[in-house]
Amino acid sequence: MKRNILTAVLYTVATTILFGLVYPLVVTGIAQLLFKDKANGQLIYTQATSGAAPQLIGSHLIGQPFTAPAYFHSRPSAAGNGYDAANSSGSNYAPTNKKLIDRITSDVASNRHDDPDTAVPIDLVTASGSGLDPDITPAAADFQVTRIARQRHLSEDAVNRLVAAHTQPRQLGFLGEPRVNVLELNLDLDRTAPIKP
Amino acid sequence: MTANGWFQIAIFFALVLACATPLGIYMARVFERQHTFADRFFRPIERLLYRICGIDETHEMRWTEYSIVMLIFSLVTLLATYAIERLQHLLPLNPQHLANVAPDLALNTAVSFTTNTNWQSYVPEATMSYLTQMLTLAYHNFFSAAVGMALAVALIRGISRKESKTLGNFWVDTTRASLWVLLPTCLIYALLLVSQGVVQNFRPYDQATLVQPQTVTATGTDGKTTTTTVTTQSIAQGPVASQEAIKMLGTNGGGFFNANSAHPFENPTPLSNLMEMFSIFLIPAAFTVTLGRMTRSPAHGWAVFAAMSVLFFAGVFVAYYAEAQPNPLLHTSSMQAMHIDQHVSASQSGGNMEGKEVRFGIANSALFATVTTDASCGAVNSMHDSFMPLGGLVPLVNIMLGEVIFGGVGAGLYGMLIFVVLAVFIAGLMVGRTPEYLGKKIEAFDVKMAMLYVLIFPLSILGFSAVSLMMPNLGLASLANAGPHGLSEILYAYTSATGNNGSAFAGLSANTHWYNLSLAAAMLIGRFFMIVPMLAIAGSLAEKKLVPPSPGTFPVHTPLFTVLLVGVILIVGALTFFPALSLGPILEHLLMQAGKTF
Repeated sequence: MKRNILTAVLYTVATTILFGLVYPLVVTGIAQLLFKDKANGQLIYTQATSGAAPQLIGSHLIGQPFTAPAYFHSRPSAAGNGYDAANSSGSNYAPTNKKLIDRITSDVASNRHDDPDTAVPIDLVTASGSGLDPDITPAAADFQVTRIARQRHLSEDAVNRLVAAHTQPRQLGFLGEPRVNVLELNLDLDRTAPIKP
Repeated sequence: MTANGWFQIAIFFALVLACATPLGIYMARVFERQHTFADRFFRPIERLLYRICGIDETHEMRWTEYSIVMLIFSLVTLLATYAIERLQHLLPLNPQHLANVAPDLALNTAVSFTTNTNWQSYVPEATMSYLTQMLTLAYHNFFSAAVGMALAVALIRGISRKESKTLGNFWVDTTRASLWVLLPTCLIYALLLVSQGVVQNFRPYDQATLVQPQTVTATGTDGKTTTTTVTTQSIAQGPVASQEAIKMLGTNGGGFFNANSAHPFENPTPLSNLMEMFSIFLIPAAFTVTLGRMTRSPAHGWAVFAAMSVLFFAGVFVAYYAEAQPNPLLHTSSMQAMHIDQHVSASQSGGNMEGKEVRFGIANSALFATVTTDASCGAVNSMHDSFMPLGGLVPLVNIMLGEVIFGGVGAGLYGMLIFVVLAVFIAGLMVGRTPEYLGKKIEAFDVKMAMLYVLIFPLSILGFSAVSLMMPNLGLASLANAGPHGLSEILYAYTSATGNNGSAFAGLSANTHWYNLSLAAAMLIGRFFMIVPMLAIAGSLAEKKLVPPSPGTFPVHTPLFTVLLVGVILIVGALTFFPALSLGPILEHLLMQAGKTF
C-alpha cells in the first residue's frame, strides 16, 4: 500500500510537469510563432497618430454594447453589466420565465420605436449564450438599415453595401450560419460617415 | 428545421464514422502493446516515467489491485488539485491577482475534475489563475480521461481473456492512453483551434476602450438607483487552446471561461465548433471498434455502435425540432402587437435564440447539446437552461440513460457494457437459458454487480434532488427560474453530477455550501460506484472458461441484439426517471403551450 501511494505521488508530479507545464508551453510557443494575432485575441487598435500611441478598442471576436441610434445595435447581453468580457454569461432564463417575456416585450417596443415598419428579428431581442456574441444575423442588420441611413445621412443603398461587405457567409459554404460582425460594421460606419457633432 | 441544418448534422456524423475505425485499430494496438509508428517518440518517455516512479510494466493486476491503485491515484491528484487551488494567490502565473479558492468550492472543483465531470460552480475567469487552470484543471482533463480509457481496456480484457486472474496494469494502460492517444492528438488539435481564433497566451486581461460608452443604471440594496458610465471592456485572456483541446477530446467539458464553448475565445467559428463536437465523439466511437478488435468480434463492436447511433439521432431530432420552434409565449394575444420575427429564413435561423450564438444558430446549438450529453462531456455552446422545455429534456434524458450514447472516453463503453450484460441476461431469461456474452456465462455475481450500478445511479440523482427540494433555504434559494423549470434545474444538477457530465441548467446558483458539498458527493458516487462494480464484472469474466457457441446462444452482433440493447436502455431509463421528468420539463411544455409564464 505504501509503495502504491509513493508511486502515485511520483507519477502525479512527473506527469504534471509534462502535461500541465510542458504541453501548454509548447502549444503557446508554436501558436505565438505561427498565429500571433489569433493567439492573442485578434485585438483592434486605433491608427497611431503623431504623438499618440495606438489605443486598444476591442477584439474582432468579442462583441461590444451598441445602443445609440446612430450605431447598428448588438444583441442584449447578460455578461456582467453587458458585454463584460471578464464575466461571460447567458441570462439562463427559461422560455417560460416572466422576466424573459417582459424583457423581450420592452426590447421589441424600443426597437419598433426606432424602426416601426417591420417585425424585429428574434436574435436582436434575445441574449446570447456568452453575452459576448460579436454577431447579429443578416436579418437583424437589414432591419436597422433605414434608421442608420437616416442617422448618418447616407442612402439606404450605401448602408446596404456596408452591411453586405461585413456579412460573412456560412464557413466553407455550409457550416454555421451567415452573420454580421457588429463592431467591425460600426467601425466601418464611423470611417465612412462619422457622426456629426 | 432546414436542409442545411440536417446536412451539417450528417457531415458531423460521417466524420465520426470515418475516423472510428482507424483510431479504434490504433488504440487496440497501443493497449495490446503492439508496435505503432508513435513508439519511437513515446517509448523513451514511457520508460523514463516507469523508472522514476518505480513501476514494473510487466506486472499484471487482479481487478482488486487495479481498483485500489486507481482509487489511490485519484485521491492523490484530487488532493494536489485542492492544495493548488487553496494556494494559488501565492503561486506564479496569476496576472489578475485572483485570491485563493474557498474551501468548499475548492473541494467541489477538485472532485469535479478528478471524476471527469467538470461541473463548475464558479466563474473561471474571475476565480482560477492561469497556473491553476494548467496544472490542475487541464491536467485532470488528461488524466481523468486516460483513467477512463484504461478502465475500458481492463473491461475489454476481462471479456476477451479466459481463465485469467488479471486485467493488465493500471499504470501502463493510463500512461499509454495519455502518451500515445491524448497528447499527440491534442498538440495538433490545439494548434488547429488557434488557427480558428482560440487564444493561447499568458497576457494580463486587456483593457479596451469601448467605441460607444455605456450608461449603466443599477438599483442598490437601499432602493436608490445609481447611474455610472462604463468606458472600458476588460477582455479575459489565457492559455485556452491547449486546455480546450483536451477538454473536448477527453469528454471533460470544463470551460476556461464561464460561457464555455459559447465564448468566442473558446469556440470562435463554425469550423472550430465542428472540430469540438467531432472530438467529443471521436474516442468513444473508436472504442467500439477497439472492443470488436480486442474481443475478435468486430461485428459485435458495430452492433454496439449501431445502438448508440439510433439513440443519438433520436436525441438530435427532438432537440433540433424543439429549438427551431418559435416561443409560443411571444405570440399570445396580449402580445399580438409585438411583431417578432421568429421564423427561419435565408438571413436568420429563427427559433429559440435566447442563450444561443448567432454563428451557431439553431442546428449547431441543438446538435452540440445532444452530443455533449450523449457523451459525458458537458461543454456547452448554448445555454441549456434557456432551451425550450422539450429541447432541454433531451440533454437531461441523455445523461439519465447513463451517457452510453458513445459516452465518455472509456466511461461510455464500460457503461454500455453494463447494459449489454443486462440485455443478454434478459434475453437469457426469455428463452430460459443461462445467458452468455461472447462465450462467457453471465452468472448471478455479474448481474448483481450490474444492478448495483443501475440502482445507485438513480438513487443519487433522485435522492439528492428530493432532499434539495425539501429545504427552502439550502436547496430552493438557489433557483433562477420558478415553476416546473425550477425542479428541472435541481434535477439537472444532480443528474449532471452523478452522470459525471458537468453541463448545467446554469441559472442555479450552485456556489453554496450545500450544493458544493452535495454535488461533490454525487460526483464521487457516480464515478466510483460505477467503476468498482464494473471492474468486479471484468475480473469475474476474465476468470471464466470459454463455452463454444451453440444453437441456443443469443448472438450479440445482429440487428435483433441492437434493438434489444436500445430497448433495455430506454426501459431502465424511462421507468426510473419518467415520474420526475413529467413534473419538470414535460409539465413545463404543457403549461407553456397553455400560455402560462412563471
